[in-house]
Amino acid sequence: MTERTARLRQRSLDTPPSLSAERAQWLTGFYQDNTGKFPVPEMRARSFLHLCQHQTIHLGADELIVGERGPAPKVVPTFPELTCHSLEDLRILNTRPKTGYRVDEECLRVYAQTVIPYWSGRSMRDRMFAQLPPDWHAAYNAGIFTEFMEQRAPGHTVLDDKIYAKGLLDFKQDIAAAVARLDFSNDAAAQRKLETLKSFDIACDALIVFAGRHAAMARELAAVESDARRKAEWLHIAEVCSHVPARAPRNFHEALQAYWFCHLAVITELNGWDAFNPGHLDQHLLPFYQQGLADGTLTRETARELLECFFIKFNNHPAPPKVGVTAAESGTYTDFANINLGGLLRDGTDGANEVSHMLLDIVDEMHLLQPSTNIQLSRQTPDGFLRHALRVVRKGYGFPSLFNADMVVEEQLRQGKTLEDARAGGCSGCVETGAFGKEAYILTGYFNLVKVLEITLHDGRDPRSGRQLGPHTGGPASFTSHEALCAAFRRQLRHFIDIKMCGSHIIERLYAEEMPAPFLSVLIDDCIAKGLDYNAGGARYNNTFIQMVGLGSATDCLSAIQHLCFAPATRTSKRHMPLQELVTCLDNDFADAESLRQRLLHRMPKYGNDDAAADTEMLALFNACIEDIDGRPDARGGHYRVLMLPTTCHVYFGSVTGAMPDGRKAGLPLSEGISPVQGADRHGPTAVLKSASKMDHVKTGGTLLNLKFAPALVATDEGLDKWLHLVRGYFSLGGHHVQFNVTTAAMLREAQAHPDAHRGLIVRVAGYSDYFCDLSNELQEEIIARTEHQGH
Amino acid sequence: MSQAGLVFNIQKYSLHDGPGIRSTVFLKGCPLECLWCHNPEGISPQREIVVVGARCLACGACRAACWHPAAALGEGCLPARMDACTFCGACVAACPTAARQMLGGSRSVAEVMASVLQDRVFYAESGGGVTISGGEPLSQPRFLLALLKACRREGLHTALDTTGFGPIGQLLAAAKLSDLILYDLKVWDDARHRQLTGVSNALILDNLKRLDQAHHNIWIRLPVVPGLNADPHNLQQLAEFVTGLRHVTRVCLLPFHRTGIDKFARLGQPHALDGVLPPPEELMEMAVKIFHGAGLPAVIGG
Repeated sequence: MTERTARLRQRSLDTPPSLSAERAQWLTGFYQDNTGKFPVPEMRARSFLHLCQHQTIHLGADELIVGERGPAPKVVPTFPELTCHSLEDLRILNTRPKTGYRVDEECLRVYAQTVIPYWSGRSMRDRMFAQLPPDWHAAYNAGIFTEFMEQRAPGHTVLDDKIYAKGLLDFKQDIAAAVARLDFSNDAAAQRKLETLKSFDIACDALIVFAGRHAAMARELAAVESDARRKAEWLHIAEVCSHVPARAPRNFHEALQAYWFCHLAVITELNGWDAFNPGHLDQHLLPFYQQGLADGTLTRETARELLECFFIKFNNHPAPPKVGVTAAESGTYTDFANINLGGLLRDGTDGANEVSHMLLDIVDEMHLLQPSTNIQLSRQTPDGFLRHALRVVRKGYGFPSLFNADMVVEEQLRQGKTLEDARAGGCSGCVETGAFGKEAYILTGYFNLVKVLEITLHDGRDPRSGRQLGPHTGGPASFTSHEALCAAFRRQLRHFIDIKMCGSHIIERLYAEEMPAPFLSVLIDDCIAKGLDYNAGGARYNNTFIQMVGLGSATDCLSAIQHLCFAPATRTSKRHMPLQELVTCLDNDFADAESLRQRLLHRMPKYGNDDAAADTEMLALFNACIEDIDGRPDARGGHYRVLMLPTTCHVYFGSVTGAMPDGRKAGLPLSEGISPVQGADRHGPTAVLKSASKMDHVKTGGTLLNLKFAPALVATDEGLDKWLHLVRGYFSLGGHHVQFNVTTAAMLREAQAHPDAHRGLIVRVAGYSDYFCDLSNELQEEIIARTEHQGH
Repeated sequence: MSQAGLVFNIQKYSLHDGPGIRSTVFLKGCPLECLWCHNPEGISPQREIVVVGARCLACGACRAACWHPAAALGEGCLPARMDACTFCGACVAACPTAARQMLGGSRSVAEVMASVLQDRVFYAESGGGVTISGGEPLSQPRFLLALLKACRREGLHTALDTTGFGPIGQLLAAAKLSDLILYDLKVWDDARHRQLTGVSNALILDNLKRLDQAHHNIWIRLPVVPGLNADPHNLQQLAEFVTGLRHVTRVCLLPFHRTGIDKFARLGQPHALDGVLPPPEELMEMAVKIFHGAGLPAVIGG
């Protein structure tokens, strides 16, 4: 870091997140004045323009890359058109011990006087909850699934290389050409397309206005700046902001600023999940980097400083505040912008370059929470690049995470994408695969596999509430075989997935018709060509995901039931335990049955040990998810797909799920991603990877696997090399992703005991890293309980 | 594949028993009784029962499951060692927490191979393979040869981890089927060797010289135990001996660690090295320097 970036970094770390009602206020004013005047797309674009014209802008001391979403760094706007926070919500945000946001009196006053009176009953959340059917609400309230679009807009997408070759003025020409092609006499949808294209055009103007305000302010700051060097920098910033994003960037600095303006636009227009993401940043920047070095306008040092400034901008932007179930499923400030390093070029050759290595060095030195970073590792990627990445992972921050780029391509080919589009794609959020710049791949919520099994064991009833939520598929005494139980589980699973999808169709239609995303649509092919919004199916590729949670836990439950209640008697298991008797023990949370619980914990076949007895149960569960979800039509003309990732939802889902046959007591966290149950894997990392590789990853949109390594295991060069081969081995078996925590339980216990001394300790949670001391106590315990692989 | 042996562990992702990612197969039975032994459960050529103290609930399920009349006389959990034990396994099966474990199941070559082949992809990726260790593998010579042959048939890289204390014919036969020999040396002075390991080192040193003429890839492994064999004099004499060999490709200096102490306790046995601590870094560096000084490719660990 330079002195400048060290100061910027420290300021970013030291500033606590707070809320600003400014966006909400400008937006509400605009809606009060203009409702009913324009078609919906134009209304959205004009409200975005209004924000770009009037919101406070911030150009900070020391900065080279400029622009904030809120009035200052770490100040987060709200989106009342999506979720209108109540005063109670705001008070909770202000006071909750973890992931809080400071809310001042002014904010409360604006909400009470202006925002709440207007948006209450009109926000997307209020409208969708009113439209969703009772069985959806019942399942949602029971914790069978969550809903991603309840508080945040769909998004989950990533940019490709288009903004480095074209400016918004060029996109405006594309829009004009698309308007010129409209055939109003033969295409009944032409008028709607015109309205949509007009909204795109206004959105481009809006961001040009926004950048122009930054240029003007930079000039003003230059005028009053006494330091000659900083004065020159302000003037340079002014020049950059007058050129991009209206025109294509001409150099490294402009390329970064062009992306950053687009980023701010996407996250200001709506609060889509996973913010926004430059994708293959190293590949996009390489031409500018090489050109700058060649013509002498850039040095390695200045390039690195610009990148560091760029990274700090991400860290200045905590996720929009989440409340209720959304806070429980995604309890983090991280907003999941996940930069891809390495990977493949469109022609199938290795994409790692000098900028990739520079970015790794920056990740290592700055170890910021945001942006997230990952390595796209293909057979083409040299070992030297992976070794560099592992040297960073070894430090214990949990990043970068590691992806199998060849599998990422294969997954996309299966979904019908072209080879070139697939190679230009990668991973975003936690582990989600997508075609960058060309796809709407929207996550709809987490799904609690273990809860569905619990309901199956109770004839369709949720034992927690006593409510009959699923069909009657028979009580535990009625199952005469493991197969009969599994068949009942399949009926329940299908039942709740159907409910989830019915709800998603309602929600996606609401977004398509009422809450378009005109600016994002400009950036994603083929929204302009189709005259169709991103939220309405305008992207070239459309996929909709349900994220399954608790695969390891559910597997171990079924394995235990099979072993204990149904398997043929062996010398060591003398008699079967009737399933009814087991369920009674579960209903009593193992009261007076500790010996049984221990047997369930220690003596049953468990997923994660390369043991076919358990892994066949996993495979049956996995295939059931694929059969019930994959390929079914979504509301945007695309298909439903399966993801295996939890963020922090395994903790929430565990809290609503009773004791289960894997020996887990009521209320404790479930397994996360495709990882084994915490502590159930006892045969080392190769056994975990073998178990995990038995599912057909190519049929998913991403799977998430966590491993925890003792630092001694990878301390030496030789240990690091064996680690490298371990990762390569998993990927040659078809694994999608793996990430590592290099830490010990003792280190984490120490941080728990003395949080103030360990505020900077970063650990891998599930698909993202977070400050350990910011995690809920339940999540801290869950991470400590994960198996710590030792060397032998 | 009727050949069966007593195997007390198959360790996956084994990183310190040869190159690459390996699986190490531990055979039971060893003629040496080194005071610092970190696998004491490998010494006896019989099956044994161990109790992992931390996991025991003291629930008494083991005692209730034991058919022997002697079990009915006591209370609480059964001790690890019982004179009357026939190793029927009933107590182990009854233990809810798996605190009670049977060491040394009879495993066929096919069973062992099925297990080690599970990690084949990792061996291929890393240049790893299978290491046969113990105990002393030569104490089950027929099983050892059958296992090595089976590995060869599968094209797996093989390493033999041996004390060298065995008939030379068997050693050479096993070496012929092994890509790498991990050969332990401990103490140069024979009287001291007898004192610390229970046997003379004459056969071990002689066998190593013979092996050096027949095999091209030998790693010498030397545990460094403060106060017992870590004195410069001992190390220098051993280094001098090794310089006389032609096919030693690496000398691994293994810092003593205390994991064996826990294992002695699980076996219900006392441990002689209660007061001995792992060697400090300076001691290990001094040891490396001695071997480097003799022109040998020495490393710490591995």
